[in-house]
Parts: sequence; C-alpha cells; structure tokens
Amino acid sequence: MSEKPHGEVQKGFRKIVYLTFPPEVSGRPVVCNLARLFDLSFNILKAEISPRQDGTMTLEISGLETDFHKGVNYLKENSVRITPVAQKIFRDEDCCIHCGLCTAMCPTKALVVDKGTRKVLFEIDKCSACGLCTRVCPVQAMAVDLDENGRN
Amino acid sequence: MSSFKVNKTIPEINERIRKGRAVVLNAGEMTALVQKLGKVKAAKEVDVVTTGTFSPMCSSGLLFNTGQEPPVIKTSKVWINNVPCYAGLAAVDGYLGATEPAEDDPLNKVYPGRFAYGGGHVIEDLVRGKAVHLRAEAYGTDCYPRRKLDKDVTLADLPNAWLLNPRNCYQNYNVAVNLTSRTIYTYMGPLKPNSRNANFATAGQLSPLFNDPYLKTIGLGTKIFLGGGVGWVLGAGTQHNAKPPRNERGLPLSPSGTLMVKGDLKQMRARFLRGVSIVGYGCSLAVGVGIPIPILNEDMAWFTGVSDADIQVPIKDYGYDYPNGLPRVLGHATFEELKSGEILVNGKKTPTVPVTSLSMCLEVADELKRWIEEGKFLLTEAQDIIPSV
Ligand code: SF4
Ligand code: SF4
Repeated sequence: MSEKPHGEVQKGFRKIVYLTFPPEVSGRPVVCNLARLFDLSFNILKAEISPRQDGTMTLEISGLETDFHKGVNYLKENSVRITPVAQKIFRDEDCCIHCGLCTAMCPTKALVVDKGTRKVLFEIDKCSACGLCTRVCPVQAMAVDLDENGRN
Repeated sequence: MSSFKVNKTIPEINERIRKGRAVVLNAGEMTALVQKLGKVKAAKEVDVVTTGTFSPMCSSGLLFNTGQEPPVIKTSKVWINNVPCYAGLAAVDGYLGATEPAEDDPLNKVYPGRFAYGGGHVIEDLVRGKAVHLRAEAYGTDCYPRRKLDKDVTLADLPNAWLLNPRNCYQNYNVAVNLTSRTIYTYMGPLKPNSRNANFATAGQLSPLFNDPYLKTIGLGTKIFLGGGVGWVLGAGTQHNAKPPRNERGLPLSPSGTLMVKGDLKQMRARFLRGVSIVGYGCSLAVGVGIPIPILNEDMAWFTGVSDADIQVPIKDYGYDYPNGLPRVLGHATFEELKSGEILVNGKKTPTVPVTSLSMCLEVADELKRWIEEGKFLLTEAQDIIPSV
C-alpha cells in the first residue's frame, strides 16, 4: 500500500464533493477562491454547465480539515449547494455478485478486489462519482444519481 | 487387480454419506491437504471434493412448456417479456436462449449498447417468482385453432421449465487484452487500449474441470449443483475439445472441455442464476455450477490437488487477433499470477480484472459440500464417458 491512511499527514484531509451552482453564480469564479482564501487545493473531476446556465462540478478538495469546513461555508454563503459524493453513489449490496469487472474502469480505485476474500470492496470516500462503473456492472449493482435536473 | 493403493467405489462413498461419515472438502481445502499429506494419504482421508464456478455462461437457456387453455394453440412465435423464444417444436414447447435480447433493444446502435434485458434476465425473473408476460402467435390449424395468446405467467404456472445449457463449465479460458489503440467492448468486459487491463475468467483451482482434467468421473448422469438446485450432466457440451495441448499435470493450455447440463428450474435459486448485461456485447446468464468429485483413488486425489499455480491460461489479443480468427497466443499466465492483480503482457505490467466471481465460486463449492455432509446429496455413477485424452 503506497497511500497513507487519512489523517496521518497533516494536510491529509481529502473529500470529494458535488457542487450545484445556480445560474447567477455559475459565471463567477467562486471555486478558485478555495485556494486563494483557504489554502485548499482542488482537483476538478467533472464540470458541466447546462443550457439554463446551472452549473455542476465534482471536486476533490484537500487541505486542513478546518480550512475545508471554512471553504465549504464560503461556498454555501455564495449559494452553491454541496452534496458529499457519498450520497450520490450507491451499491446495491444484495445485487452485487463480486465479479470484479467494475475494477477495470474505476479511475480512483474506489472499487478494488480484496485479495483474501476475493470480494470487491467499495470505498466510497475514494469515489468521484464518475459513473463509469454503472455502465460496466453486468447486474446494475452500481447506481449514480448526479442528475438533479433530469439531465445526465 | 487395481494398481492403486487406495480403492473406493461410489456406492461405498454413498454409504458413508448416508451415515453422515463422509469426509468432504472443497477444492481449495483439498489442494492444501494434498500438499501437506501427499496424494495417497489424502485419498485415504477424503471421500469427496466439491468444486464450484459462477460465471456468465452464454450457452444456457430454458426449455419450457406453456400449457394449453381452450381453444388450444400450436405456438409458432413466442415472446416472454418481449424476448423472442424459439418455438419450432411441438405445440406449446419453446426454448429461450440466455443471450437473446428483448425485441426492441437498440443493440449496438448507440455504441456501446447496454443490453438491459434479455433471455438471462427472464430466467432470473422467473426464478424470483415474478410474473412475466407471455405472448404467442400461431397460424391456426384444424386441431389447434387458437391464433393468439397474451397472458402473464409465473414459473409455477409453467407445466415444465428446465434449464438446458448446451455449453457450460469451460475447462480453461483466455486472458483477454487489447493491443489496439481504442477501447473495445467484448464478452470478457471492456478492454482499454494498449493492453491496460487483462480480463480473466474461470474459477481456477475451484473449477470443476480443472479438478478432473480427463473427465474420469464426470459423464452422462453425473448429479451436480446447478443454479442453486440439483442438475445433471448430459454429456460433452458443444465445442468440447477432447484432445487439447496439456501441461505436465494434464491441465489443458487452452479452452477445451465443456459440459451440457440440465436441471429443473423450479428448484433453483436466483442467487445462483443471474441475468447479466455485458456492455457493448449482449445479454447472458451467470450460472452457478458445482460438481462433486469422488476420490476413488490416489490419482483423483492428485488431480483434485490442483493449485492456482499449476493452471496456465493463454493470453490473447481481443483487439485484432480474436475478431480476425487468428490463433496467436501472447503467452501464458498462471491463475495465481492472475489473482495477484498484475501480469506481464509482452513484457509490460498489466493490471488483471476478474470476470468470474471467485467468492461466489467458493460459495457454490461450500454449499454443495454442506448438502453432501448433511446426507442430502448422493453421488451418481456416470453412465457414459465424455471423451478426453
Ligand atoms: S461489476 Fe457490479 S456486480 Fe461486479 S463487482 Fe462491480 S458492482 Fe459488483
Ligand atoms: S463512480 Fe464508480 S468508477 Fe467512478 S470513481 Fe466511483 S466507484 Fe469508481
């Protein structure tokens, strides 16, 4: 294992969130202020602006936990809606057959085969809700619901 | 006179099963025991080894009879949940293939297609006790005047429903890689370009036909675990290759032996029969099959002692070679290497991705083991051999 467990490094706090911007905010550069004002780094995993000018963005934020909360409050003050990705992605545990096919596509290694039990582990904290697994899962055990406006 | 040091018969083993005294191990436990005690001692100690596999097996299907209601019908076109069935049999008999997509499926028109619902899904729905919609057309005869049938039925309503799979339990399979520069969607799953993943199937040391590589104990009439219930081996499956190249342990180096199996769907369970949608490829049915191997002598102990490290699986390019029917093998990887998560393909480290659920394979083997230990499942003697040299 090359990755250190969360919390071991001082700046090890890392969370993936899903942001929804109302049209009046989607044109303004609020996200880059996370770095400027709160010393957070972020990685844009997915971003979209609808024809109606609503914006959505999947963001991986890392930094100090206290700064993370300040940054999140700042976004909220600016009318950005924040949903932890964990609430957006779902594995139906009764449905999953632990075949392992999804591990081929998962870009963040949120889905990995446990070498001992040969079951497929799903670490929701690592998931970026990209949705790639939902397409390959042969039994539709993975479901992502990122679509608040009926789009996909 | 037998040349073996240990000699048991199936009736003797069954006698011990009936008395609750049979020693039954799953194929993984047997591997460890043979390594520890050697084949002769292991053969003295163990009566039965249970194997198990759970994987998409495309050559599967349901042979069914829908029953009559007056006026009677000779069905000539049949759909269940809009999935076309084969009806060129007697009056109300039909066959539903696992890979048949629903009639209105967009297939690969929007590439890669999802293949959300097909024959395998109908079979799973029936086993779950769900009502499915049966639709039939007929041209009408003097003896069978009805021309149309439209009704909901459940598995309980069907007079006969047999899982009848012409080709299951492939003995060995390919490792699939893609050497082209675009992602492809195959029955082995999505393959990223430049061999960035290697997908592998089969149950390794738990796999039925790796534990009896010459099919010495498996033949017509062998009683097995099928889809969570009891099933039977009918003989060799389609494409059965009796004479594959083998390694020094007798294990085939390429896909070879196959089985045709049958069982009554009414006693099966959806946990071990799952409709699957393989993106860009089609529908199928994941089937759980477990075969008990009687340890008649030390040879059978040795065969069932097979370990993942002994199994060599051929690596093939599904980007160009496979679709063009080219037999090139890029090398072999052992099943142990495949399970480790990484293999070398043309000298390049490639992450491996399983297609077969190994945890479910073990569950099949362990469930069969429990049935035998509880005296509920006796072994049968094969009535005809399946050629294998
Ligand atoms: S592909 Fe689907 S069924 Fe297979 S392990 Fe992943 S989530 Fe489970
Ligand atoms: S949505 Fe699926 S593939 Fe994408 S990161 Fe999450 S678990 Fe992995």
